[in-house]
Amino acid sequence: MLGDGILKGLAETARNFIGSYFLKERLTTVQYPEQRVAPIENARVFPLLVYDVDNRGGSGPAWEVGLRCTACQICEKECPPKCIYIEKSKDKKPDYVGKPQFYPARFDIDISVCMSCQICVEVCPFESIKMDTHFELSTGDRFGGLLLDREQLAKPNEYYHRIHPTEAAQVDARLAAAKTAFEAKAKAAAEAAAAKAAAGAAPGISAQQATREGA
Amino acid sequence: MFDKLSQIFDQIFVLLLHWMLGFLPAILRPALGVIVCVAVIVCLFPALFAFAVWLERKGLGRMQNRLGPNRVGPFGLFQPIADGIKSLTKEDIVPLSADAVVHFLAPVVLVVAVFMGFAILPMGRNMVLVDMDCGLLFYFAIGAMTELSVFMAGWSSRNKYSLLGAMRAVAQMISYEVPLLLSAVVVVMISGSLSPVKIVDAQNQYTFGLPHWYIFTPWGFAGFILYAIATTAETNRSPFDLPEGESELVAGYFTEYSGFKFALFFLGEYLAMFSISGLGVTLFLGGWSSPLQALNFVPSWIWFFGKVFVSIFVFIWLRGTLPRLRQDQLMNFAWKFVLPLTLVNLFVAAIWRFMGDGLLRWIVCSAIIFGIYTLMGKLGMKREHFGPRRYRYAE
Repeated sequence: MLGDGILKGLAETARNFIGSYFLKERLTTVQYPEQRVAPIENARVFPLLVYDVDNRGGSGPAWEVGLRCTACQICEKECPPKCIYIEKSKDKKPDYVGKPQFYPARFDIDISVCMSCQICVEVCPFESIKMDTHFELSTGDRFGGLLLDREQLAKPNEYYHRIHPTEAAQVDARLAAAKTAFEAKAKAAAEAAAAKAAAGAAPGISAQQATREGA
Repeated sequence: MFDKLSQIFDQIFVLLLHWMLGFLPAILRPALGVIVCVAVIVCLFPALFAFAVWLERKGLGRMQNRLGPNRVGPFGLFQPIADGIKSLTKEDIVPLSADAVVHFLAPVVLVVAVFMGFAILPMGRNMVLVDMDCGLLFYFAIGAMTELSVFMAGWSSRNKYSLLGAMRAVAQMISYEVPLLLSAVVVVMISGSLSPVKIVDAQNQYTFGLPHWYIFTPWGFAGFILYAIATTAETNRSPFDLPEGESELVAGYFTEYSGFKFALFFLGEYLAMFSISGLGVTLFLGGWSSPLQALNFVPSWIWFFGKVFVSIFVFIWLRGTLPRLRQDQLMNFAWKFVLPLTLVNLFVAAIWRFMGDGLLRWIVCSAIIFGIYTLMGKLGMKREHFGPRRYRYAE
C-alpha cells in the first residue's frame, strides 16, 4: 500500500533514536580527546628514523650514535613531493655491525609537504626510515613547527616495536641475520687470511727471523 | 482548593498581565497590553527556537546513531547560544552586484510575516493576542508573505544558485498553499467559524473523558495528514527541502547571506515551523485542551506548547527519515495526489456534516477516504516503472 515504505522508514529511525540511548553497538562514537582507541598496527602518519641503543662506541647522544641511517639519500630521491632534505657527513661512524658508514649530518622532513605515501620506507635498504603512528602534530608555527629535524625524527627501536610489533620483529630478524652473515664472512675472511699467512710463513724460519729483526 | 490553584496556574499569564496593567491609567491599558503581549511573543519564540535547534541536532544525531552537539554546556544545551554569538560577530557580506535594499529587506520581511502569524494563535485559555473572527483567513494571508521574502532574497542576491533556490521555493510554496488551505477548510466547514478561539472551543468537549478533537474523525484524520504534508512543504522542511538543497544549491535562496541576516532566515524558518504547527494543533489537535478530561487540571498553555513540540519532533523525525524529492516528483505529488485528496476530504466533511449522529457516518466517511486513498496509491504506483533507467542520449 502507498505509504507503508514511509512508515517502515519512520520505524527504523525510531529504532535508531531509542536504541542509541540503550545499546552500545548502536552508538559507536568515540569522544576523541577524552576517549581514545589505540591506533591499529598498520596505521601510518609521517616517517620516523629508527635508532638502536647498543654500545657501538662513538660520542654524542644515544639517538645520534645509534641512527641506522647511512645518508644514502635514496629516500630523498624517491620522495614524490620532495619533502626530505639530507646532508651527508664528512666522516664515518661504525654501524650496527661495526662497519664504518656515513651518517646524516642533517635529515629534515617537512611534514606539511609529506603525503604519507610510505615510498621512503619501501626503498630504504638499511631499515632506517619507518612510519610513525603519532598524529597530534598541530602547531602554531606552520613553517618551523612542521619541519622535523633528525633529533625530532629519531625514535628508539623499542618505540618502533611498540607501534608496529610484527613488522619490527621481522626487521630485527633480518638485521640479526645480516649481522651473523657479516660476522661469519668476516671470520671466514680472517681465517682465510690467517691460513694464507700461515701458508706463506711455513717455508722457512728465516722469514720470521727477518720480521723479528725488522721489528 | 486544588481546583482554585490549578485555575490560577492556568490563567497565570493573564492575571500577571492584568496586575501589571493595573498600575497604568485606564486610557493606556489596551495599547500597552498589546505591546506587552507582542514583546512576550517576540522574546519567547526565539528562545524556543534555540531549544528547537538543539532538539533537532540532538534528535537527528541520535537517529543517525551519533551523539549530536555535546561540547557547549551540559548535553550541548548552550550550543544555540554559541551559534548565536558566532553569527552576531560575523561579517555581514553583501555581494557587490546585489540589490542592497531588497537584500536587506528580505530577512526582515520574512521574520515580520512569520511573527504576525502568532497573533491569532490561542496559546492557552484566554491567551490569544487578537481574537479575530476571521483569524484563519488572516493567518493564510500573512503566511503568503513568506513567499515574497524568499523571492526577494533569491532575486536580490544576483546569484544563480540563489535564484534557482528562490524559483523552486516559490513554485513549491504556491503549489502547496492550495492543499494547505483546502485541508484547513474542512475544519471551518464543521466548526462553522474562521476564529481559532471558537475552533478550539468546539473541540474542548469530552465524551466518556475522551476529547472531541477533529483528528479523531475520519475527515479530521485525513485532513491532518494532508495538512502535515502541506506544512512540511510550506516550511521547506525535508523531504521537501528543495529550495535549500544543501547538496545541490549550497543553501538555495540564502546562499549569499551571512552573519546575522543568515541567522534571521534560520530563525524565520523555525518560527514558521512553530506557528504552522501551532495552527495545526489549533485546527486538529484541540489547541490548548487536554487529551483526557482527567488531565484538565494541567495548565492549558502547557498542553499547547507540549503539542507544538511533539509536532516539531515529528518534523525532525521526518527529516531524519526521508530523502529529498525531485522537483517533478514534488509537483506531481502536490497536484496529482495531495490536491485531489483534499477535494475528496471536503466532500467527505460535507457528508459527515449532513448525515447526522450515529455509527453510519463513521463507516461511510472512513470507507470513502480509505478507498480513494488506496485507489490513488495503486494507480499512482502502477504508472511508475521501477527498474534501471534508460537514457536515449546515452545509447
